[in-house]
Amino acid sequence: MPTTAPTPLAGAYTIDPVHSSFGFAVTYMGISTYRGTFDDVTASLTVGDDGAVLEGTAEVASISIREPEQFRAHVLGDEFFAADRFPQIRFRSTDVELAPDGSATVVGDLTIRDVTKRVTATGAWSPEAELFGFRKAHLRLATTVDRTDFGITWNAPMPNGRVALANEVEITIELTLLAEGGEG
Amino acid sequence: MRLLGIAGSVRTGSHNRRLLRAAAAALPDGAALELVDGLADLPHYSEDLDREPAPAAVRELRAAVAAADGLLIATPEYNASIPGVLKNALDWLSRPYERHVLRGKPVAVVGASTGLFGAVWAQAEVRRVLAHVGARVVDRELPVGQADAAFAADGGLADPERASALRALVAALVEEVRAPVAEPA
Repeated sequence: MPTTAPTPLAGAYTIDPVHSSFGFAVTYMGISTYRGTFDDVTASLTVGDDGAVLEGTAEVASISIREPEQFRAHVLGDEFFAADRFPQIRFRSTDVELAPDGSATVVGDLTIRDVTKRVTATGAWSPEAELFGFRKAHLRLATTVDRTDFGITWNAPMPNGRVALANEVEITIELTLLAEGGEG
Repeated sequence: MRLLGIAGSVRTGSHNRRLLRAAAAALPDGAALELVDGLADLPHYSEDLDREPAPAAVRELRAAVAAADGLLIATPEYNASIPGVLKNALDWLSRPYERHVLRGKPVAVVGASTGLFGAVWAQAEVRRVLAHVGARVVDRELPVGQADAAFAADGGLADPERASALRALVAALVEEVRAPVAEPA
């Protein structure tokens, strides 16, 4: 192993919610990109001898679409997330690879509207560093899902023949990992 | 060149009136845009009322359109279509059928909405109605979505791409006004 390889993560981590985010981006009107976030997110990474497990949830109602009211109601309603029946988006990994070169690949089960699909996300991780007396690390992951796989099928034909909303949704996760009991 | 701006909303603080004011500031030299009021004063269209003399609000609107070299209509969108107040105005303006003031009139359409899609369906509907009644419709659209946040402090569109698209659209309207029209044989 090269001596420059980062120290692998070990033990249990939660996230620092202020410096973590769950973002999504979707093309609308065929040309523009709508970006939003879920602000109320939890996650944990547990690294043991048998590998690592990444788990997380996002509260659907914490979506950054607050107004106009009818836009929020539409997105939280049955044609999108049906938030009253399915208030959480959940993720649990089946395989986590944090490579010595700093790249990360996470395979796992993503659940939206109680539909669970296997997804693969890729990105980067950085090793622990001490910051303001806490042991922190960072994990960034991105993947693209087809929203219709999860039953989010709303669309409308545009007058120009395009569709209002693309099916592909880019998901970007930024996690600032906080080592448990890691206060320096 | 005198252009007339018609907002399809009579709401105080209408995003579409703001859009027309932004359009007025984006016109090329030699063209001016004046906003028309009074859509709220029009009675519901009825053939019973559509006779000489027409109701005062109808006469005023028809005269303003007749006097303009071209029209710029800014429409909101209700239920994916034209607001009733605007459709009512178009219905009044498109009578009498043979010699109404929209016939041959250069018209461009823009639209603003607080949703994502900027009244794009309403704009298409307005263009379809205008083409049906014989106006010279500029084949462009300008959907201004998320209108609450679309305008800068100076009244222009905050997004430079949109601002440039608005300038191009009003320039196309001005060009349509200046374009020679073939006289019917």
